[in-house]
This record gives sequence, C-alpha cells and structure tokens, in this order.
Amino acid sequence: MPKSPRLVLLSIIILTIAAIVIDLPRVKIFGKSLRHPEINTKIFKRDLEPKLGLDLAGGVQLVMSADMIGVEVQDRDSALESAKNIVENRINSLGAKEPLIQSTKAAGQYRIIVEIPGISDVDQAVSTIKKVAHLEFRILKANLPPEASDSARPEDFESSGLGGKDLKRAIAQPSQDPQTPGYVVSLEFNSDGAKKLEEITRENLEKPMAMYLDDQPISWPPPVIRAVISDGNAQISGGFTAKEAKQLAIQLNGGALPVPLKIESQTRIGPTLGADSIRKDLFAAGAGLASIVVFMIVYYRVLGIFAVLALAVYTLLTFAIFKIFQVTLTLAGIAGFVLSIGMAVDANILIFERIKEELRWGKPKHEALFAGFERAWSSIRDSNVSSLITTAVLFNFGTGAIKGFALTLAIGILVSMFSAIIVSRTFIRMFWGISIKK
Amino acid sequence: MNIVSKRNWFFVFSLLIIIPGVIGLATWRLRLGIDFSGGTLWEIKFEQRDQIRPQEVQEVFSREGAEAVSTAPTGQNTVLVRMKTADEKKIEELKTNLAASFGKTTDVRLETVGPTVSKELTRKALMAVAIAILAIVLYITWSFRHVPKPASSLAFGVCTIIALVHDVIVVVGIFAILGHFLAIEVDSLFITALLTVIGFSVHDTIVVFDRIRENLKKYSAFSFEEVVNHSILQTFARSLNTSLTVVFVLLALFLFGGESIKNFILALLIGIISGTYSSIFNAAPLLVVWHNIVSRRR
Repeated sequence: MPKSPRLVLLSIIILTIAAIVIDLPRVKIFGKSLRHPEINTKIFKRDLEPKLGLDLAGGVQLVMSADMIGVEVQDRDSALESAKNIVENRINSLGAKEPLIQSTKAAGQYRIIVEIPGISDVDQAVSTIKKVAHLEFRILKANLPPEASDSARPEDFESSGLGGKDLKRAIAQPSQDPQTPGYVVSLEFNSDGAKKLEEITRENLEKPMAMYLDDQPISWPPPVIRAVISDGNAQISGGFTAKEAKQLAIQLNGGALPVPLKIESQTRIGPTLGADSIRKDLFAAGAGLASIVVFMIVYYRVLGIFAVLALAVYTLLTFAIFKIFQVTLTLAGIAGFVLSIGMAVDANILIFERIKEELRWGKPKHEALFAGFERAWSSIRDSNVSSLITTAVLFNFGTGAIKGFALTLAIGILVSMFSAIIVSRTFIRMFWGISIKK
Repeated sequence: MNIVSKRNWFFVFSLLIIIPGVIGLATWRLRLGIDFSGGTLWEIKFEQRDQIRPQEVQEVFSREGAEAVSTAPTGQNTVLVRMKTADEKKIEELKTNLAASFGKTTDVRLETVGPTVSKELTRKALMAVAIAILAIVLYITWSFRHVPKPASSLAFGVCTIIALVHDVIVVVGIFAILGHFLAIEVDSLFITALLTVIGFSVHDTIVVFDRIRENLKKYSAFSFEEVVNHSILQTFARSLNTSLTVVFVLLALFLFGGESIKNFILALLIGIISGTYSSIFNAAPLLVVWHNIVSRRR
C-alpha cells in the first residue's frame, strides 16, 4: 500500500481523464463537434476508432481451402502466399475498409481466411474474391504508329492470346549474364504456350510485351522482346533486386498456378442485423449496469457509492484499453466485458462483506477497513487467477468468437483487480477516512 | 443454521436436477448447431412480401433439391432456413429461384460451415474444456498447499472439480432437454458459456474454501464440520450478493438483448445459478464427507 493516498488519487484522476478523452465518441455539444483524438507518433499510431466485429458491423467472413492436389509439396507455401496476395489485391480493389486476410496451414490444410466488415454488397465481394486470377500477356495494339512503343501506356496494349494457362511456372533467380546484373525471372511455358510465344516473339521483335494480372499491368514499364523464343523458355531481365524478382514470380505464378480456392465456411451478416443487435445489447447492458448501481447503493450505502465510482473508473479504463490495443468488439466480446464487470463488483462485495464482519467483531473503523482489504485479497487473487487460466486456455484453443470473449474477459479481470484493490481502497481511505476524523 | 448437517438433502436436490438432464442427454443428445455438425444457415428477408409462410419457402428449396431443409419464421417477412452444406453455386441457384417466386430478397445472414471446419472446432472445444479443468485443479491444489492438517489440499482441488462438473452437467443436461423440446441448438458460443460457468463456479467455490482455510487456522479447537459450516454462513451474504449482481446483468441481457446471444445468456444464467448453489451446498459439504471418510479409516 503506497504511503500517500493523495498521490494515488491524483494518478487515478489523471488516468481516468485520459481514459475519458480516449473513449470520447463523436458527439456534438453546444454546436461544437467533439471526438476522441488520434495518436500519431513515429512508433505508435492509432486512430482510436472502436473496431467492430462482423456480427456487429455486418460483413462477410470466408474460410477458403486451397486445393493443393497437383502442386508440388515444396511449392505449396509459395502457392498459398501468391493466392493470398491476389485475394488481397482483389479485396482492396473493392475499396473495403480494413479487411483482414490471413493464410493458415494446419494439419495439411492450406487455408485463406478473409474478413471484410461493413461491406454492403456481399455477393459481389464473394464473386470477386473467388474468381481465378487471370494472367495475360499483351502486345501493342496493331493500329499504333511504330514510334509509340517507347512511350506506350497500359491502355495501348491488347491481348496476345498468351495467358496464365500457357505458363508452367515462373522462377526468380540470379542473373547469369554479367551485362545485366541482379535478378531475373525465368518463365517456362507448356507446349501450347511455346508455340504461341514463338509466333508472338517473331511478329513483335524489339517491341514491348506487357503482363496483366486481372487487367492490372504488373512490372511496368513492360519488358521488350529481344529475340525469337522457340523453346518455351523466356527470361525477363530488368535489373531486378531479389525481392522484386520474387514478387513478380509470385504474381505470375498466381495467374499461372491457380490454386483452386474452395469456400469451406462462410458467414455473411447483413448490416441491419448487426445494427439491431448493437442497439439491443447496449440497452440491455445499460439496464444491467443500472441494476448493479441501485443494488450496491441500497445494500452497502456509502461503501456502495465508492464501489460505483470505482466501477465507473473501471469501465472507462477498460474501454480505453480496448481502443488502444484495437480489440475487435463482437457480441461474445461484449458478453465477456459485461461478465468482467460482474467480477469487478464481486471483488468489491468480497471486501465490503469482510469490512462489515470486522466491524461486527468490534474492530475500530480504520482497522476494519484495512483488514477488509487485506483479508479479501487471497479470495480475489485465487478466484481471478483461476478465471485467467480459463481465459488463457480459451484464447489458445478457441476460434473467432471464443477468442474475442476470452480476450475481453481477461483484460476486464486484470483491470478489475486494479480497480478493486487500488481505486476502491484509495477512494474509501480518502473520503471515508476523513469522515471518521471529524 | 446448520447447512452441513443437512447436506444429504442438498445432494438429493442436485440429483433431482441432474438425473433428468443426464437421461435427456443420453436419449436425445445435444442438438448440434452448424458450428459442430456442418451445414448452411440462411436467414432471408423477403422485401416484397408482408407475410411469408415458411412452407412456401420450404417448397422452393425442396424443388431445387436442397437437402435436409427446415424452415422457421424469425419475423414478419424473414425466414431462417437450415440445410446441408450448400456451395456457392447452389446458393446462387436457390437465390435466383427465390427471386422468381417471391420477388426481391436480401440475406440477413448466411453461414456455411464445411465438415472439416466443424470437426476441427469440435476437437478444439473438447480439448479447451479438458485443459481448463486440469489447469484449475492443479492451481487450487497448489494454492491450498499450506492448508492445516487434517485437511488435504487435494480434497479442496477435487471437491472444486466435483462442483464444477456438477454445473457443467446441469447446463448440458438442461440444454439437451431444451434442444429436444424447443429446438435450441448448441454452437461455439455455448462452449464459451460452459467455460465461463466453469470459471465462475471455481471462483465461487474458492471464496468459500478460502474462508475455510482461514478459519481452520483460527479455530483449531472446533471440529472440521463446525468450521466448514461456520465458513459457509460467513460467506453466504457475499455469495448471494455477487450472484445476484451477475444474474441482474444476465437477466437484462436475456430480456432486452439481441436474438443472437439469447441462448448463450441462458446457458450462463443456468450455469451461474447452479455454480452458486454447488459451491455453497455441494463443494463445502463434500469436504466434510471426504474428511469423515479419511478419519474413519485411520
């Protein structure tokens, strides 16, 4: 117990004010619009917007499995990675806000998990994501003047008939030619592709050939055809760094190597359901909290008021932590938060019951206070540690909703221990203590 | 008031709740939601109809050969359909057909869980419950290691587990019965509820046990049974008050909260009431039973 409760009280007040500032929603007061600030420093950047999960904001979650049959074992990781990149590009092209794209590999299952909150046209999103990446090699349009080839723009190209299905694979490797140092990307075409490539290279010698993935040019400016290639083995050399070459190879393979993605599980929540749930649950949580406040004050009187104050500080702090650490709020997460409020109240009740008992045994007020906090500690510690064990297990083994619940509950429990032990005690010592002296 | 001496009555009361639940569980099993069984759940809103009968929707689905369809209304013009896992193509087809029969529709929600995902989830859920229980036993046995003789810290650990298994069986049993009669399903949120109940049950039991531990040191002249009974009475107000506050919040969430968390909250409510009961009337009296058996052997 710190020696100076005044100092502790001051710190609590400062912390609470900081929490209030962080928690501020967008509101208008006296015609001035108020909102929480943004944290923007070099190492730490947060916009402090509350993150809402799919079930609250509406949106779509897709769990897609990549069909790796026909893909060499050593190529599977990079195939999954390139598929993920393509999916990511497509989702970004939808203009989705804060999509989450993960690739996972577990027990021989390769999966891509996509979450797009707050999207309105789910059907379009799903079909955009699912289509196989379309790789195309394009050549200059026939009607352009010959001198245009140097300053050609992406829209000056047209399909050459050579595409992803003709490409066997693309590999990034160090250049063997001392004249062009750095990395090159080697392309290996199948027999169909080799025939087409020979024809194209013969007709377009010394002209650029551009590569398009889903109608977006990649590796701009386009490479220029330097020779007629008849064996189906081409090389793109452009002084690439290792990273650039690899990136290009991944993109080309994405088109060439369409790992078929199959939607295994999906969740689509319409925006109305989410909004409706939030409104109802917030109201319910408010009603629940109000009943706690009434109960605590009626039953414990002055002590109850201190507990309610401590609870208010607790709620503000916890919500601020959610915002700072960008905890995604879901229905299950809110339930975890509400439950942790229950546990925070419990810590206070444990202490107050103990104080009452000590008073009944004839101890003077300040001693009873001290003993109440001291003796209740072992109960609070043991019960909260076992709850924390449960949340840790849940977090490690759970999925989605369960993880969210475990996280909010664990944060709630930690803050509640702080609130019950430090905040309540300081309030009571400062104000109740003073009232005895008078 | 002597709670411990009337312990057999309290054990009988617990059995009266548990036995029908266990029978229900054995006969009907739990009604598994799509999280565990796999399948497609689709809530459809019919924009151009004021009234929609689920049977009409069912006919369209059956005509299209969708498997194992059940339909239930969730509002004036919304219907919830569940069926075997349907892929993107099937859903597109069904959508086209629905539009042809009923006009414009929107998806309130559409969830599909494939068989591999549901298997994984089931395995993980069972593992989570088992590991959580084991970890808690170990922690309590460790935390109560200094408990004065003749009590043993293992007894505290084991009695805590008996109480929490009691609560899990109560909740699971009641949900087996509810599943049969009210078609309430068990999903991954239910597992979350179970684990929370476990945490809370242990939380409650520890508070009583902590007082027993303290009183054993203080009142070494009294018998074990008297100390336990005294400790229960001392912590009674706290146990009730804490449960009351949590029950307030849960009741509010149950009555006013959104439809999607109703079953979750119900599981929590049942479990927390059961947890409060079991920590006072089962766990602590069981310590006495354990103690009597051990001392009779000596």
